[in-house]
Amino acid sequence: MRLNRRAFIGTGVAATAALQAPMVWSQGRARVVVIGGGAGGATVARYLAKDSNGEIDVVLVEPAKHYYTCFFSNLYIGGFQDMADLGHSYGTLAAEYGVNVVHDWAVGVDRDAKTVTLAGGAVLSYDRLVLSPGIDFVDGSVPGWDVSVQNKMPHAYKGGSQAELLKAQIEAMPEGGRFAMVAPPNPYRCPPGPYERISMVAHLLTQVNPTAKILLVDPKESFSKQALFEEGWQKHYGGMVERIGPDFGGDKVEVRADTMEVIIDGNAEKVDACNVIPGQKAGRICEMAGVTEGNWAPVTGHTMQSRIDGNVYVLGDASNQGDMPKSGYSANSQAKVAAMAIRGELLGSSVFPAKFSNTCWSLIATDDGVKVGAAYEATDEKIASVSSFISQTGEDADLRKQTYEESLGWYAGITSDMFG
Amino acid sequence: MIKALVKILGLAALCGGGGIAHADLLGDAKRGETLFRDCRSCHQVGEGAQNRIGPHLNNIFGRKAGSVGDDYRYSKGLARMGADGLIWSFDTLDAYIENPKALVSDTRMAYRGMKDEKDRADLLAYLRDFSASPANIPESQPTARPREVELSSETLAIVGDKAYGEYLASECLTCHQRSGSNEGIPGVVGWPVEDFVIAMHAYKRQIRPHPVMQMMAGRLSDEEIAALAAYFEDLE
Ligand SMILES: Cc1cc2nc3c(=O)[nH]c(=O)nc-3n(C[C@H](O)[C@H](O)[C@H](O)COP(=O)(O)OP(=O)(O)OC[C@H]3O[C@@H](n4cnc5c(N)ncnc54)[C@H](O)[C@@H]3O)c2cc1C
Repeated sequence: MRLNRRAFIGTGVAATAALQAPMVWSQGRARVVVIGGGAGGATVARYLAKDSNGEIDVVLVEPAKHYYTCFFSNLYIGGFQDMADLGHSYGTLAAEYGVNVVHDWAVGVDRDAKTVTLAGGAVLSYDRLVLSPGIDFVDGSVPGWDVSVQNKMPHAYKGGSQAELLKAQIEAMPEGGRFAMVAPPNPYRCPPGPYERISMVAHLLTQVNPTAKILLVDPKESFSKQALFEEGWQKHYGGMVERIGPDFGGDKVEVRADTMEVIIDGNAEKVDACNVIPGQKAGRICEMAGVTEGNWAPVTGHTMQSRIDGNVYVLGDASNQGDMPKSGYSANSQAKVAAMAIRGELLGSSVFPAKFSNTCWSLIATDDGVKVGAAYEATDEKIASVSSFISQTGEDADLRKQTYEESLGWYAGITSDMFG
Repeated sequence: MIKALVKILGLAALCGGGGIAHADLLGDAKRGETLFRDCRSCHQVGEGAQNRIGPHLNNIFGRKAGSVGDDYRYSKGLARMGADGLIWSFDTLDAYIENPKALVSDTRMAYRGMKDEKDRADLLAYLRDFSASPANIPESQPTARPREVELSSETLAIVGDKAYGEYLASECLTCHQRSGSNEGIPGVVGWPVEDFVIAMHAYKRQIRPHPVMQMMAGRLSDEEIAALAAYFEDLE
């Protein structure tokens, strides 16, 4: 609490200055512009503001007034969470930490002039830029699907209303109807996410439509926590879930939204609700900023600096860093390394060797939680995994329940670490 | 019983590497009986023992922590440890009795701890007589005490660098809430340095069960553990 108040007093002065100055201005204080207020962006903004005692002007650009976490959105579909509890505002970041939160889209980055242009027309200059815009979808990844049909076949992979839509469509399925998911190719955000979703959809259907079926069309040979999920599906939802992998055409899939058909290796399957999770790439602003190679933005693991421009840092899903999975936990972990490195550069504060970690919890059924995690360090080449663990099949019910309860603790922990 | 044994042996194997001398022999059960007087106001052991303020201690060796039966309510921390796989063996009981709050931070056992190693060995020798088939517990393993469980005075004396601790702590705060909340994941704010250091070393050496914590602690150096301890102790 002591720390917060100090940060607040320090930045209160700055906020007054900001009101008097035009949007493009360069005062004594160094400025960091952060694009994207999610797991990476909110965390880096909070840590920069908190630990610099007002010496860094932190501007956070994020269009949404509330951030709805993707994490736990599957639990919302399963009926274990309320959507309202997954929304977080930026009020504390602004009021207590003095982060200048600007609700707008960034639409351009000029790396030579070191400016960011917002959709509303404002131009922000920066000393350092942090990009944490999450993901966008790869065009043509699933033939027949693009964002224009996302209301008929939701992706529900960016949080908020898409998940609500998907849940409503599943609940509206006719008795004994069929739900299909088209799972994404690697790499994508939250490796266990699609399979946790299958579990939660199965849980929901078991309550409201127990004769319904689930078709999982998957281009990948294998997937995260596969043994654990398959054991759980068998145990809790025996016979409900059918997975079609690449050996049976799971990698040759098209969809037709107007007729609600999924075409697998030329065979049309009629379905009643369909979740298409397309192939993914870094949020578009990374490409506009010219810091991508292929679909992602390469960074050095020592600091999370772009390998293309040392004044730009890329966090979370958008970055290509090495071994860490694209998760909220990873983005949060990377943000702390970046905040430390940026403070070191701008203020000369101490910089310690980068350490990262990740744990992904998934819920398979009521009180049946599992987890997978690893610790990482930076090498010159990449962020490299140094140790890891995973839940085991056949664990007893106490441990699974506790793992689930732990995930609730983690959610409270990470969201307060992001938003204060 | 078999499963418990495997775990006990696994633990002993993990701790016993590196040519460390084990096999302090069993303590003196007679003397242990006298020492048990301190425990008796809360715990019963022997024929007809019942749960009272504390759970009864029959068959404590090989028992999963927090598992005496439905009618006994444990602290959250102890129940959590049990679910994580903490099995009471010579090593784990020894660590618990030495400093209960260091092993299980929110235990309700209001006992300061038995600091003398010989006292603990004697007490455990006494309690061990009330475990179902002590013959099933191989003599040399579960009663062996690997010395490395204890921290050297040099390790305990390291003064942590708080600034470094603050950076390292940012990793902990993804899960352990800054507010100190105990919901789902135990709080770590304000822990005394020594308890913190012992707890982290216990994870590092896999005496305390929990895969995430074993992984996190596993890569921390003694200095890093001290730095974290120094930082968290002063947080309010
Ligand atoms: C179903 C599902 C379940 C998941 N479960 C877990 C889980 O249990 N644990 C876990 O750790 N992770 C989980 N994840 C993954 C996690 O949500 C992401 O990895 C994480 O959010 C990535 O953080 P980020 O900062 O990279 O992007 P995001 O959190 O997506 O934040 C990006 C932000 O940038 C904003 N933005 C984008 N473009 C612009 C622009 N041009 N201008 C301004 N703002 C912009 C967006 O509005 C958004 O708020 C899950 C994901 C899904 C889909």
